[in-house]
Amino acid sequence: MDSAIATTQAEHGIAEQQHEHVSVPQHRHHFATPEQQREAGSFGMWLFLLTEIMFFGGLFFAYLLFRNWYYDAFVTASNQLSVPLGAANTAILITSGFFMALAVWAAEVRKQTLLVLFLILTTLLGFAFLGIKADEYHEKYEKHHIPGASFDTSQFINPAAYGLSEKPLAPDAAQKTQLFFFLYFAMTGMHALHMVLGLGILFWLMIRAQRGDFSSGYVAPIENFGLYWHFVDIVWIFLFPLLYLINRHPLAH
Amino acid sequence: MSAPSPTILNLPDQSTAQLPRRNFINAEHGLLSWLFTSDHKRIAILYLISITFFFFIGGAFAGLIRLELLTPQPDLVSSDTYNKFFTMHGIIMIFLFLVPSVPATLGNFLIPMMIGARDLAFPKINLLSWYLYVIGGTLTLTALVLGGVDTGWTFTAPLSTHYLNTHVITTASAIFVAGFSSIFTGLNFIVTIHRMRCPGMTWFRMPLFVWAHYAASILMVLGTPVVAIALVLVILERLVGIGVFDPTKGGDPLLFQHLFWFYSHPAVYIMILPGMGVISEVVSTFSRKRIFGYTAVAFSSVAIALFGFFVWEHHMFIMGVSNYSALIFSLLTMLVAVPSAIKIFNWCFTLQQGSITFETPMLYAFGFMGLFTIGGLTGVFLGSLGMDIQLTETYFIVAHFHFVMVGGMLMAFLAGVHFWWPKMTGRMYPESLSKLAAVVTFIGFILTFMPQFVLGYLGMPRRYHAYPPEFQVLNVLSTAGATILGIGYLMPMIYLAWSLKYGAIAGDNPWQATGLEWQTQSPPLTENFIEIPIMDHEAYDYDWLEHKTADEVTHVG
Amino acid sequence: MGISPVLWQFLVKWLNASALFPREASTIAPYMDSLYFFLIAITLVGVFLVAALLVTFSIRYRKAVHPVATQVEGSTLLEATWTIIPLGLFLICFVWGALLYFRIYTPPANSSNIYIVGKQWMWKAEHPGGQHEINALHVPVGQPIQLTLISQDVFHSFSIPEFRIKREVIPGRYSTVWFEATTPGQYHLFCTQYCGTDHSAMIGTITALSPADYKKWTEQSTSGMSLAQNGERIFASMGCNACHTGNAAARGPNLAGVYGSRLRLTNGSDVLVNEAYLRDAILNPSQHVTSGYTPIMPTYQGQISEDGLIDLVEYLKNLISNDRVQQTLTTSQSGQAAPQASGVVKP
Repeated sequence: MDSAIATTQAEHGIAEQQHEHVSVPQHRHHFATPEQQREAGSFGMWLFLLTEIMFFGGLFFAYLLFRNWYYDAFVTASNQLSVPLGAANTAILITSGFFMALAVWAAEVRKQTLLVLFLILTTLLGFAFLGIKADEYHEKYEKHHIPGASFDTSQFINPAAYGLSEKPLAPDAAQKTQLFFFLYFAMTGMHALHMVLGLGILFWLMIRAQRGDFSSGYVAPIENFGLYWHFVDIVWIFLFPLLYLINRHPLAH
Repeated sequence: MSAPSPTILNLPDQSTAQLPRRNFINAEHGLLSWLFTSDHKRIAILYLISITFFFFIGGAFAGLIRLELLTPQPDLVSSDTYNKFFTMHGIIMIFLFLVPSVPATLGNFLIPMMIGARDLAFPKINLLSWYLYVIGGTLTLTALVLGGVDTGWTFTAPLSTHYLNTHVITTASAIFVAGFSSIFTGLNFIVTIHRMRCPGMTWFRMPLFVWAHYAASILMVLGTPVVAIALVLVILERLVGIGVFDPTKGGDPLLFQHLFWFYSHPAVYIMILPGMGVISEVVSTFSRKRIFGYTAVAFSSVAIALFGFFVWEHHMFIMGVSNYSALIFSLLTMLVAVPSAIKIFNWCFTLQQGSITFETPMLYAFGFMGLFTIGGLTGVFLGSLGMDIQLTETYFIVAHFHFVMVGGMLMAFLAGVHFWWPKMTGRMYPESLSKLAAVVTFIGFILTFMPQFVLGYLGMPRRYHAYPPEFQVLNVLSTAGATILGIGYLMPMIYLAWSLKYGAIAGDNPWQATGLEWQTQSPPLTENFIEIPIMDHEAYDYDWLEHKTADEVTHVG
Repeated sequence: MGISPVLWQFLVKWLNASALFPREASTIAPYMDSLYFFLIAITLVGVFLVAALLVTFSIRYRKAVHPVATQVEGSTLLEATWTIIPLGLFLICFVWGALLYFRIYTPPANSSNIYIVGKQWMWKAEHPGGQHEINALHVPVGQPIQLTLISQDVFHSFSIPEFRIKREVIPGRYSTVWFEATTPGQYHLFCTQYCGTDHSAMIGTITALSPADYKKWTEQSTSGMSLAQNGERIFASMGCNACHTGNAAARGPNLAGVYGSRLRLTNGSDVLVNEAYLRDAILNPSQHVTSGYTPIMPTYQGQISEDGLIDLVEYLKNLISNDRVQQTLTTSQSGQAAPQASGVVKP
């Protein structure tokens, strides 16, 4: 029987001839086959997303703990968030994810123009999301609801003076709204950071797609980025109800 | 057939032996070829150099701590400085030495070879891991140079968030970055092991070293992000002060404890499992036998990883947690102790019916087995709720974790470095000197840390700069041991470096071991194998090795 | 314990004399030590077993006498043995330890309470009779003592090794531990949770005295006002008596006798009124509104120190009738001079 491993220099040349040459230029030579490369890449991205779940998980855990302890304060603070804007953002991000899925399809059927178009649409909607977020953050800044030295609880203690029909909070409970806003900024901020990174990668993918890198069957970067983008979408789908919809009744607002 | 010698070392004829003409070390030249490499073996060497560098810094701090503790009075340095000593010692040793030690050096080097692959799944991410490690290390040194940090390696809030004005944010950022190094390494290993095994390499034909790294990688990937977010929260709290850990603002200081220990307990298994993988390889090779109960050892690695996620509250038993939650976590702690016991016994019984030789790696492996048994059993002391009340936060804890980490993990690391040194460098280290170093290390270790168990029960708290005079004798013994231990660690530095130029040429397989990595040249080719091997035998198959050696045509190297 | 008391005494005294072992100075110490000896015993057995296996096999199967290894796959019987026996032993440790833990953290009903406030870097002990100690604690022998601990800043940990007790001292909430000293003497007090610069200076002395000596000490060390009396003063000066008058139409609930009772809150839950509840209700009143009342109580977060809170809690623990409340209220609300009759208001 042949020895399991060729060790001599003489056999090296024979081995190379027996070794199939792969045609795809992106083939990395430590992989035996392109299939192995693609499966490894996909598996790697899923694992990375798992780490991201654990990362966000810490924040979600903190949120659940404090919401449980300070429900009234969290409800009042949450009512400060604009449900229409949040819902719009949700729709925008889901649509963006839809276009990303279409982009993956376009890459697989090797339609370069469509691929670039869908990537552009994904990116535009991503920017729209961030734009609305920036507007929301700015509004919080103006109302002094950004946690820290300038945080102002007067709107929660005396909502009638601000024209709000909220239940007033006692001062000690009003202090807890700062925790809500901290978690709001931390969680949506971390999410936005991931979106910004994603948008950066999207630009790069668009350039490569335009160059034709993904028009001949090599779709792994598009597929794997699609996974990442969908993950970012899913995190938002959790964030929206948890942060915006705490006590919204279906009919009344 | 030669007369039976007390060693299995089989070196080629030194008068004609040479290092292989083409190997991964001389494949490319120049510093940049190393700094921009994608070769897992070069990255492993980069890691080896960096972690050794940090080890000696961490060790220097240990020396300073023990020097101060020679006398009961706080007379060597100020209290703030002393607090910085033990903080830096802990941070450097845990995050910059122990966590990456075996996985990033030996794991990186060997896992692809052991499973018959040409490299890890993501070589560029592997290089990124090293750069993240270096950035984390540089940030730590920056914090050190700027004045240090004195939170303790545990960053306990609210001390770290509101009551210290040292470089907490720099250090927390450093660990955050280093954590991603660890995550990417684990991610790389998992994908590699799942997807890049050569034909015929089923899961149960893999060396146990690979199983151990697989289990540790699960912990790295799932646990590290949680400490990352805990550190982010500490940083934000220091910057903005919103009160998530501050009870006066409605926050909860125990929240930090939960988030921190959720990672930091699995972290200790991240640290020890790869070491256990090394021990499996060494014990098998030097008893010429397949590991007894291969399947049990493989599954116990994974069991430790899984159970390890569910015991973190045992670091918080006296912190006012609910008595009933304490019960659950104590029970789970007892369960997680069992797989480690299973491994120890399996290794012992590997020796039975074997043919045992006592080269340096085997000496370190014996040291591991004895010291880890003590360290692990003292963990049972701490997992037992009532006993923990007396022992927690004292020197008993310090002794416990040094027994498992230094007596266990560091010995395993040295065993691995010595075992695979000939493979990585093509050179043998001087055996008698290395045996001496192993013995010196063992003696120094026992003298350093045994007295600390006694100190702990007597009540001496940990992280104490000054202590009651009646504790002095034990502290002096401990410091004396530390000096000896230091010598034991310096010796390998010197003779391993010496061996790079003057060591004997090792040849492919000086230990006559069975792994795939031993069936190629030393040092290996950049591409590891000329042709991807086909695994047609079980792991640790010494019969296969015997037939192969008998059939092999001897050739000029 | 299963061994003869004489043998136990000998073992413990010998270990004490060789400075390897702390004195047993509380009722729980022998229980702790017996678990410790059991754990040491199984560790020694485990280590010797492993060492014996390693040494015996190394000698019997060294290459010189056993040049050819015999491959052995494994043995399910052995695997089962060394899984079940260690598991069994560890479970014994679990049960024994759990029993001991519950014992140490469940104070008996007849324990007297002493408050401990930890701050960087000192311990304050506050006896109900008003005795205040810094970095020291005097306790009587033969009487169960419960410590109610809280931190003013960071985590600390209150440890008396010779009593075999330790408890974390947490900012923002009370923790408790109890002990009963058996032997008069002086014992170490340590802070065992790293708390900053002078962590190792946060030490003190526990002095256990015979009951007679302790009584003498309490009489000599009082500052004049008990904690409850100081609490009454704070109750009036912070304006608590304005709402908590004890009248039926008062804005705040009646606090006389509230300690130890079960209270229904506006959110529907039932709570047991203990020290932690009282402290929390003062600091976060809107979360502790008694059913039938509106959440108008202001928070005193930041206005009362932990010592003040302890005084208030002690006051409320001992409050049986509202007579004095109403008298102080009358005085503080009226523009008249203080009444001439003595015994009505104490300064």
